[in-house]
Order: sequence, then structure tokens, then C-alpha cells
Amino acid sequence: MSDAKKFMFVNRKAPYGTIYALESLEVVLISAAFDQDVSLAFLDDGVYQLKKGQQTKGIEIKNFSPTYRALEDYDVEKLYVEKEAMEARGLTEDDFVVDVKVLSRAEMGALMDEQDVVLSF
Amino acid sequence: MLHIINKSPLTSTTLDSCINTAIGGDLLLIEDAVYAATKGCSIEAKVKSAMGKFKLYVLMPDLEARGLGDRLIEGVSPVDYSGFVELTSKNKNCQSWL
Repeated sequence: MSDAKKFMFVNRKAPYGTIYALESLEVVLISAAFDQDVSLAFLDDGVYQLKKGQQTKGIEIKNFSPTYRALEDYDVEKLYVEKEAMEARGLTEDDFVVDVKVLSRAEMGALMDEQDVVLSF
Repeated sequence: MLHIINKSPLTSTTLDSCINTAIGGDLLLIEDAVYAATKGCSIEAKVKSAMGKFKLYVLMPDLEARGLGDRLIEGVSPVDYSGFVELTSKNKNCQSWL
């Protein structure tokens, strides 16, 4: 793992309205096969991706939110949520399908700066 | 007139443009715009004040898909797809704010 690079996936879009959230998740799962140090960051509307209780039958789109719970099986365990974004949307940590670490915007910026590769969705 | 919004209120100015420009009528929130109809969202007050000018509707299948079906702001009327069709037919014209 010593030569592993730090990868961060930055998620800023709500699910379903655009394809970004799902595409990000697909790439995260692919990257998990390469034994890198992977972090997922949820900023702005990206925090909505993790909302519990998504029921997509009515819009006939696959509900991919359970996949976030499977990430730990792929050793993707670093999930970060921006506090300010979460609060602006009336959400709390209890609203999410997975355990996350809540970071302030400033902490998120610093974490982003540490990365070798940042992929934006 | 029916106004249809499909963009998130927190990352787009579409809802603002609509509220500020349109003189009133029916306002239907669909797709990522449904977040505007949720309790606790930072624009809740703005949405509530828009109710003085517009009759607000939200497309429930889109709200439920996003896990927020139980957080609908009071005064916003839920509609299903046939309600959507009804709104388009009962109004003399409509504008999708893209």
C-alpha cells in the first residue's frame, strides 16, 4: 500500500436528476479494484445522494443508494460529508444510509488539498 | 399559467428567476427542484413567501425517489403523473424553466 495514491471523488450533484451521482459510484467501484487510498467527499447537493429512504419505483430508475452501504466490502471506508451543505438542506447524520465523517468546509478543503488525484462529479 | 421547474434550488437560479419574473399562477416542482419543497431546507422561507403569489405543486414520485416524501412543506400540493397532466391541460399555457 506504500505506493498507493490518494484518490478523492468529489460528489456535488443530487441523485437521479442527472447521471453524475451514479457515474461517480461506478468509477469508485472500479477504482476499488486497484488498491488505492480512496475517499468520497459529498459537497453541496451531493449530500442528497446519501439520503435514507429513497423509493424510486415511481420514477422507474434503479435506486442505487444501497450501494453506498456495500462500499466497505471494497475497502472504501472514507466517506466525508460537508457540514454546511448538510445543514443547509435540513439534514443530519441520522439521515444517511451509511456512517460518514462530517467535516467543516475548511476541513474538507484541506483534505482535498492532500490528495494525489481528485475526480469531480 | 403553469410554471415548471426541474433544477435544484440550491445550485441553480432557476427557481429564483421564475419567482421573480412570473406574475403568479401554478408552480410545479419536478426532478431536482423537488428539494425546494422540503422542510428544513435553507430556502424554505422563500418558498413559503412564494405561496402568496403561486399555487405550489410537487411531483411526488420525484420527491419519494429522493427519500423526502415525508418532509413536504405544508401548503405545497402533492401530485402524481396524472395530476401533472391535469395541470398542463387546465392551464392556458405553460413554461418549463430550463
